[in-house]
Amino acid sequence: MSIITNINKAFDHRIRLGIMSILMVNEYADFNMLKELLGATDGNLASHTKALEKEEYIKVEKQFIGRKPNTRYSTTKLGREAFKKHIDALEKLINKQ
Amino acid sequence: MESKDYLKDISDIKDMMNKSSRFISLSGLSGILAGIYALIGAAIAYWLVITYSSGVLTLNGWVFESCLLTLAIIALLSISTGILLTTRKAKKDGAKIWDTTSRRLVINFLIPLIVGGLYILIILSQGKYGQSGGLMLIFYGLALVNASKYSIGDIQYLGYIQIGLGLIGAYEPGYGFWLWVIGFGIMHIIYGTWMHFKYDKS
Repeated sequence: MSIITNINKAFDHRIRLGIMSILMVNEYADFNMLKELLGATDGNLASHTKALEKEEYIKVEKQFIGRKPNTRYSTTKLGREAFKKHIDALEKLINKQ
Repeated sequence: MESKDYLKDISDIKDMMNKSSRFISLSGLSGILAGIYALIGAAIAYWLVITYSSGVLTLNGWVFESCLLTLAIIALLSISTGILLTTRKAKKDGAKIWDTTSRRLVINFLIPLIVGGLYILIILSQGKYGQSGGLMLIFYGLALVNASKYSIGDIQYLGYIQIGLGLIGAYEPGYGFWLWVIGFGIMHIIYGTWMHFKYDKS
């Protein structure tokens, strides 16, 4: 049963899983890059990034490139650890079967 | 909660990590064509040197300049074929040709390549052309190894082979030409064929 508790509810959605996967292997990603890779709508993606931000798993930086506003995301240390734990738990569950 | 869903989660994670960090729409066919261009170019250079320079290449004169021109044409043809076929493949894969991943790939490929190219031009201007074949192979190999982190991982092995051939060429400059033919010609064709069947089909 202890394995089940390591399955993190915060990652229990395709988009959120995708956001974390992308940010684990990239220093940062901006909103448009996430949108293209995940094929999500603006509103949908925004709600999921907000959820992850609230858990303090990702960091949000707003800046201007020229005159265009640009939002870029990166993982926090807490987020990386939580995601690694989540992957380990998934792998253990699969191996058990 | 079924294990099937967890498996899908893991494969989604891997897929996203690869897709967001590696540009994988490289065309194997362009490798084969680059190898063929290299062989044709080498044959032209060989024929020029044998016929007009009695088998010895000296640094000045039109034979040497023609060899350099041949080399430049091979490079240009290989690069344009590569860009053309890769664009076509990316379109087919539904990937963008110019995004973060391809930009990162090009930059990391070009750094060792441009440094090597400048270095070869500098030593050529100093009259030390015996090493240029080996150096081309070494720097091209390093460029491939460096680029493999941002693309299909398999291209690193082609890089190691080129580096190995280049080191032999540095030790035995007399074989420089033939090692160049093996590295840029034959290895490209073998590797391109392998990549074509492994990745292009499907």
